[in-house]
Amino acid sequence: GSSCSPGQGQKRKQSCCLHKIHFILLFSRQGKLRLQKWYTTLPDKEKKKIIREIIQIILSRNQKTSSFVDWKDLKLVYKRYASLYFCCAIEDQDNELLTLEVVHRYVELLDRYFGNVCELDIIFNFEKAYFILDEFIIGGEVQETSKKTAVKAIEDSDMLQETVEEYMNKPAF
Amino acid sequence: MALKMVKGSIDRMFDKNLQDLVRGIRNHKEDEAKYISQCIDEIKQELKQDNIAVKANAVCKLTYLQMLGYDISWAAFNIIEVMSASKFTFKRIGYLAASQCFHEGTDVIMLTTNQIRKDLSSPNQYDTGVALTGLSCFVTPDLARDLANDIMTLMSHTKPYIRKKAVLIMYKVFLKYPESLRPAFPRLKEKLEDPDPGVQSAAVNVICELARRNPKNYLSLAPLFFKLMTSSTNNWVLIKIIKLFGALTPLEPRLGKKLIEPLTNLIHSTSAMSLLYECVNTVICGLFFQLCVQKLRILIEDSDQNLKYLGLLAMSKILKTHPKSVQSHKDLILQCLDDKDESIRLRALDLLYGMVSKKNLMEIVKKLMIHVDKAEGTTYRDELLTKIIDICSQSNYQYITNFEWYISILVELTRLEGTRHGHLIAAQMLDVAIRVKAIRKFAVSQMAMLLDNAHLIASNTQRNGICEVLYAAAWICGEFSEHLEEANQTLEAMLRPKVTTLPGHIQAVYVQNMVKLYASILQQKEQAGEKEAAQEITQLMIERLPQFVQSADLEVQERASCILQLIKYIQKLQAKEVPVAEEVIALFAGELNPVAPKAQKKVPVPEGLDLDAWINEPPSDSESEDEKPKTIFHEEEQRHSRHRQPEIDEEELARRREARKQEQANNPFYIKSSPSPQKRYQDTPGVEHIPVVQIDLSVPLKVPGMPMSDQYVKLEEERRHKQKLEKDKKKKKQKKEKRGKHHRHNSLHTESEEDIAPAHHVDIITEEMPENALPSDEDDKDPNDPYKALDIDLDKPLADSEKLPVQRHRNVETLKSPDSEVPLVEKKSKKPKKKEKKHKDKERDKGKKKEKEKKVVEEEEEEVKKVILQDLHYFSSCCYLLLSSFCCLGTTYDIQGNLQHDSQVTVSVIFENKSTSFLKSMELNVLDSLNTKMLRPEGSSVHDGIPVPFQLPPGISNEAQFVFTLQSIVMAQKLKGTLSFIVKDDEGSTHEKLDFKLHFSCASYLITTPCYSDAFAKLLESGDLHMSSIKVDGISISFQHLLAKICFHHHFSVVERVDSCASMYSRSIQGHHVCLLVKKGENSVSIDGKCNDSTLLSNLLDEMKETLSKC
Repeated sequence: GSSCSPGQGQKRKQSCCLHKIHFILLFSRQGKLRLQKWYTTLPDKEKKKIIREIIQIILSRNQKTSSFVDWKDLKLVYKRYASLYFCCAIEDQDNELLTLEVVHRYVELLDRYFGNVCELDIIFNFEKAYFILDEFIIGGEVQETSKKTAVKAIEDSDMLQETVEEYMNKPAF
Repeated sequence: MALKMVKGSIDRMFDKNLQDLVRGIRNHKEDEAKYISQCIDEIKQELKQDNIAVKANAVCKLTYLQMLGYDISWAAFNIIEVMSASKFTFKRIGYLAASQCFHEGTDVIMLTTNQIRKDLSSPNQYDTGVALTGLSCFVTPDLARDLANDIMTLMSHTKPYIRKKAVLIMYKVFLKYPESLRPAFPRLKEKLEDPDPGVQSAAVNVICELARRNPKNYLSLAPLFFKLMTSSTNNWVLIKIIKLFGALTPLEPRLGKKLIEPLTNLIHSTSAMSLLYECVNTVICGLFFQLCVQKLRILIEDSDQNLKYLGLLAMSKILKTHPKSVQSHKDLILQCLDDKDESIRLRALDLLYGMVSKKNLMEIVKKLMIHVDKAEGTTYRDELLTKIIDICSQSNYQYITNFEWYISILVELTRLEGTRHGHLIAAQMLDVAIRVKAIRKFAVSQMAMLLDNAHLIASNTQRNGICEVLYAAAWICGEFSEHLEEANQTLEAMLRPKVTTLPGHIQAVYVQNMVKLYASILQQKEQAGEKEAAQEITQLMIERLPQFVQSADLEVQERASCILQLIKYIQKLQAKEVPVAEEVIALFAGELNPVAPKAQKKVPVPEGLDLDAWINEPPSDSESEDEKPKTIFHEEEQRHSRHRQPEIDEEELARRREARKQEQANNPFYIKSSPSPQKRYQDTPGVEHIPVVQIDLSVPLKVPGMPMSDQYVKLEEERRHKQKLEKDKKKKKQKKEKRGKHHRHNSLHTESEEDIAPAHHVDIITEEMPENALPSDEDDKDPNDPYKALDIDLDKPLADSEKLPVQRHRNVETLKSPDSEVPLVEKKSKKPKKKEKKHKDKERDKGKKKEKEKKVVEEEEEEVKKVILQDLHYFSSCCYLLLSSFCCLGTTYDIQGNLQHDSQVTVSVIFENKSTSFLKSMELNVLDSLNTKMLRPEGSSVHDGIPVPFQLPPGISNEAQFVFTLQSIVMAQKLKGTLSFIVKDDEGSTHEKLDFKLHFSCASYLITTPCYSDAFAKLLESGDLHMSSIKVDGISISFQHLLAKICFHHHFSVVERVDSCASMYSRSIQGHHVCLLVKKGENSVSIDGKCNDSTLLSNLLDEMKETLSKC
């Protein structure tokens, strides 16, 4: 795999306060970021640098290469679904295959929620994509392994929301 | 107001919502930045409105912009406003925005505490859920402390949806506020058995994650996890558990054996590739080698030479990839050095190379030295010698902490007769003396001694390679002659006639270096104004040098004649009373520094120099053939004529010297004795830095006579001890200064620490303590590693001070009762706060100490004495009669403390059927006392016996174990019991009964625990121990034997032994420390004991008295 040297020193310092999944990025084939979730606190500057770096690494990889990249002292696990790349950063001892399953499960959840999910769904309903992710993973740990329970939780909270939306959409006059 | 609301709503209709924003950005691809800054302006306006829906919409858009990389931290306060909205829709957006952009540095975050607490306790589970999710992203130490108790309560929420989240957040809370781990852990543990699988898996996740960082604290959960592993079908959970076991097995080797079967099953049965991979990974990384090494140990312990050999061979293969797993078997490998079989010894030697560490190097080498002395046959001895040198010099002397010790070892090795490896020793001596500046004085004194005793070394020169060391000795004494104390004596030793019997190259070095020596003596005498002495020494040279001029060796001859001429010239000058020393010493000015192997290669080629070009056109082939012999002859001619040359006059000498200096100045390879020769190197591009090992020895030493490396081993221990004490003192000081802040302890003194340090620069001052060292006290924690803070003993009962802070409303609380709350301590007077903290610290220290000790026990477990079997003295005489008539059953037993439980001992009984009948249905029963009870299977009454799980055919013996629980262990116990069994032979079967008494001595509650002298000293200093002593007269056995007896029968280990005095240590299963000081007099032994419990101590001493009085 390829690895990058700049910023390695700072990264190491922070990496020890992280755990299982360090962050999740969704980005398009054109390199546009669609979703970012950090399970660690980093300065915005650092985050931006990392995002740029990772998108570049992954987009430059051949389609036929494996889904795993060693990056600094972490491992990147990514997978492309249609035009979207899903990328997780995990620790050295973590299981790459399991992470792929996590990614896949997330895609399944999105699919179930949006019904045949596409990139535009995620762009226009990006907050929903976050809500779904938050039901599935919390603090970098998988919290719900059952698809059904996860989707139900989102739908239930949406029920709450929908009524309010309706309320909001009511003309104020 | 109503108008404002209406206005807000009207505005809303013209506002962009998120979709509009996204669409807008997509439509403004050309001037995106401009469009967005326009949108941000709009958002700022929207945020100013009172309508929460408008605000929420604005915040939602901001969150999207944040993802695109725009800074939205300025809106933090608005985000909090939206978070506190009562409507879920808004709240949800607020929390999302907060989780995306809040971090520990966000100052408004402290304003959220009460809002979050309110949301956590909301009747709506989704409010709670959203707060928990948000918290997982931006929890700070303050939030963690203030909310820990609320979240802990949520772990028992009625809804699994909340429980699950709360459990996972708890991990974040632990990281930010480690004090919460102990109070929350019991509940977390409960969740492992939660009826809801989601909650269960969350708990597994958190505990696995905690345990991966500090596995030793979680060993006690192994059975629970084992159960989960065999029962769970959830792959996510299984993977976590397997990972956890991967971390636990190195600490508890027995686990490996248990795991193999379930793991194999999983590997065979699972269809999930991730799970399969995890199993395989765990098996190959740790488990497998653990298990292999364990099994190999059995092979090596076997009496069969073949098995032993193969075991060692396989072990060395594992050592290459997994040194750690082999290292714990050092004892066994050392034992193999005693084997009769040379091939086995050689294998063991190979292994030792990879097993040394700073801590054990001296010990291992000491053992090897003993073997060198005993070894028969030069091959093996030579092998030992090379191994000793290999071991010591590996990785640039990485493991050597005391170079005086190493020099002494090298000098001791010169006593070897008939070795072929003299040059190896010589090379080491040179290397160490050159590179370790601080050692030179010592090295020179040792080398001078060697030169003085050269006759011993060079006795049988021809066959003896050891005389090579004289080469090194002569060079070191000459080069570093300023360190010589008796230079005259050394010079005379070098001028002895016997020297001429040495090999030529050694003599040459002698000749060259005696001039250096001469020069420094000359200088010394001249400075002291002793002209006559100076002339005497010149005379001595002139008298003795001719013996070298006559040498058959050209090199020796040439050098000697040159030098003889030089000295004759000096003599002339001396006669004229001209001071010469300065100029003579100038001949050897400058220091020789070791040059990095690649230095030459890195010298840049000067401009205009073409290395490939011919300097002279090559002569034709035919010519060169004729030429060759001629040149040699010609050169020789010259050489002969040279020493007939007329003496050079002073002017000429000065001129040449000047020229030489000039040349040296221009020569990049010539290193002058400037204060920092390395500086030159830095200036010269491309020349590698030259490693010079610098060492600072805190123990200056002068050892009379031949050195004894053993002394260093002891001194080293003392030195380490001293260092540690100093360090502790410093730490304590720091602690005082830092009180109030978080206390942190440094990474453990494990091998990893050693592994890191590359030994280019050996500096003893900064060197760390031995591995396995008991923790001295609070160490500094690495502030960058939050996991270390979670290294907390979880088995200890909770103290009141540890309860999680329960928060009520701050303001009210402050007014009413300012002293009942921990987070409010700022308001309290200083004194109680300090006290409380101190108390807490102490508690934690204790916990940690205990923890570490436990680790030591586990690590050294292999060394714990094998089961001791004593003859069972519990048959009363009548019983014995009854038995002997049957002559059927022999029984022996042993009691061992249980490492895992502080209130259990295991009694192992060996039943041996001595009869010709078949024994079956054996059942053991004891009459429980209040204090001591036999552990019976669940559901059986206290009167039931425990069946022995086997039958005994004639002549067979077998062992059964019975577990007893105890409350107090300070007194010896006796339990009455019966053993019933059926004897079956041809005539039929009879039912028999045996009565016995089971004697639990206090010693059986002790566990042999190694203890280092510094930890031991610390323990004695602590002053919490009670003291008592005994004296036994009429002891005739040797002290060694006596100590062995105490170790064997009473489970002690020797901490330190000095002459006829020894300190010993042991530890009870309940954690009492027992320290002994054993002194042997003429015919008596006195034992002073110290222990946390005076009753236990006096009972132990009584038992010891009994043992000793039998001696």
